[in-house]
Amino acid sequence: MRAGRRAFSLGARRTQPRIVPPGDPRDRGGPAQPLLLVEKLRKYFPITGGVLNRKIGAVKAVDGVSFVVVKGETLGIVGESGCGKSTLARLLVGLIPSDSGSVVFDGDPVGGAHGISLRELRRNLQIVFQDSDASLNPRLPIEESIAYGPRVHGMARAEAKSTARDLLGRVGLRPELFAPRYPHEISGGQKQRVNIARALALSPRLLILDEAVSALDKSVEAQVLNLLRYLKTHFNLTYLFISHDLNVVSFIADRVMVMYLGQVVEIGPSDAIFDAPKHPYTRALLESRLTVDPRHRIEAPPLTGDPPNPIAPPSGCRFRTRCAFAEEICAEKVPGLGGWRDAAAHLAACHMTDRMSGHSRAGQALPPLPRAPKPIEAQIA
Amino acid sequence: MAQATFTYTDLAELEAPAIVAPRQGYWWSVQRRLRGDYITLFFLAIILLLVGVAIFAPLIAPFDPNKTSMIYRMKPIGFRQFWLGTDELGRDMLSRLIYGARLSLMMGLVPVVLATAIGGFFGVVAGFFGGWANTIIMRLTDIFYAFPSVLLAVAISGTMGGGIANGLLALTLVFIPPLCRVTEAATTQLRSRDFVEAARASGASGLSIIFFHMLRNILGPVLIYASSLISVSILLASGLSFLGLGVEPPTADWGLMLSTLRQSIYVQPLVCALPGAAIFIASLSFNLVSDGLRQAMDIKA
Repeated sequence: MRAGRRAFSLGARRTQPRIVPPGDPRDRGGPAQPLLLVEKLRKYFPITGGVLNRKIGAVKAVDGVSFVVVKGETLGIVGESGCGKSTLARLLVGLIPSDSGSVVFDGDPVGGAHGISLRELRRNLQIVFQDSDASLNPRLPIEESIAYGPRVHGMARAEAKSTARDLLGRVGLRPELFAPRYPHEISGGQKQRVNIARALALSPRLLILDEAVSALDKSVEAQVLNLLRYLKTHFNLTYLFISHDLNVVSFIADRVMVMYLGQVVEIGPSDAIFDAPKHPYTRALLESRLTVDPRHRIEAPPLTGDPPNPIAPPSGCRFRTRCAFAEEICAEKVPGLGGWRDAAAHLAACHMTDRMSGHSRAGQALPPLPRAPKPIEAQIA
Repeated sequence: MAQATFTYTDLAELEAPAIVAPRQGYWWSVQRRLRGDYITLFFLAIILLLVGVAIFAPLIAPFDPNKTSMIYRMKPIGFRQFWLGTDELGRDMLSRLIYGARLSLMMGLVPVVLATAIGGFFGVVAGFFGGWANTIIMRLTDIFYAFPSVLLAVAISGTMGGGIANGLLALTLVFIPPLCRVTEAATTQLRSRDFVEAARASGASGLSIIFFHMLRNILGPVLIYASSLISVSILLASGLSFLGLGVEPPTADWGLMLSTLRQSIYVQPLVCALPGAAIFIASLSFNLVSDGLRQAMDIKA
């Protein structure tokens, strides 16, 4: 029996990221060097129109995103739909080219003259998509799907197949039963296990899980989450866990990054973010979670309306149109996120966190949300 | 010890429950479905019979198909040793129909196979690479599409002159655009699927993705469509021969036979109708088998 565990929503959080054990031959810079350093990454999708297909605008999907990923941690990325989480994932794997910005993998800049190539990066960085069914070739036995990556990188067919079967066992699918099956013969949870195995086949160091458990039903989701935790220690992995489900993120993530309209609004250790969010948007997201505790009831919805148009985002702080504390300064000046290279820091891109910003609440913590006036029991009585 | 609380994630097993249906591959399920489809099987048998007859024509045919006879002209069905009668030059109809099967099947199959290879290639290129390649290839096929296929075939063989080779070429050109379009549609649909993205994310080249991932998915729909074109091709080839643009006399060909016998339709109507019946049966068989294949292969079990 494990003692001292709290309930699921607060989960078994580790406050300290797991330190990479010495002896991983792939490790280069030691535990202090971030596994991934992303600086000012930007991607605008052009909108073309008119008879000549001219560019008439751009969707600012990812707009100047900078962060570090520490070796061995799980960095959760949360945000509303359309905030650029998935675009960020695709940029990192190189599925779409970025407009500007740099990605440094364990000290090696990607795509530069002195760094590693995209192909080398892809051996170290793999992705699992949300749609477990579309991620598998319907006309290939699953062992072939898993063995494909290693074969592309020059492994012999027989060896790649035995690797695939070994990995199937690791993700909890008995190889002798599942290896020759086709995707339509297995369930959604099993398919996602196969996708994880496929991503692990190149023995990557960083795994991007793009809403990887979101489409699974709750019990299967829990199985896959436990599997992910097991695989992480077993294969010495680092996770970039993208999700819109805050409960799941609080369960699995060591650190959390909150995105809004293509930008990072808050980043910090999971406990700090969930216990004391600094950015009004983060707090609104956290309050949007459903609760069965009447004492946590709030009167007004924490967040109303849709995110603004990403083609023409608001000036200054992008959240100001929905923020209760917005002042003049918020429209004039873009709040920065200085010090993002420090992985331990809890940072928020908000003028209220900056004493010198000129905001009337500068330097103060967020005021508590108005709670329901009476507990529900009192109202019934 | 503090109070222990179990969360449901603690209880969740790492290993997936292994309740799965008996193993079966894709082609296994296709043939299982085909086995219950008696109509398709029946017409498949007819096609196999036609192919057999065409291959072994010299062994089966009772007479030389080109041997004329002034005495036995336009004899009815069942006249002495001529089971299916004779034509206007006294040649044995059965032998001519048997030899004609060779040409008709060739005219049905060869253009479709060639067009599948060529149109399929361009379709995959257009669909997978998109952008300019797609625009150029697809707009070119649109130009061909603007003409009715019969007119196009007639125009092409008309300009190049008659003969079997030119007929084959004309038919091939007619079938390239539709096959190109079907392949392009199938490829484009696949290109945005996550498994292709995943393959790219594992560092695979475009060529490797096409050969390993795309072709096996495109093959089904393209083959189904191509098989439905075989009967069209047989009909078009017969039409060309009928107009004197395809096969030249005295070669035995169903379309040509139909054309030369049409003057005698009031003398021996049944005999004159025989080549037409042969064309009808062959194209009907290919059509129905193609339909059956579509049904057996389309279901995503």
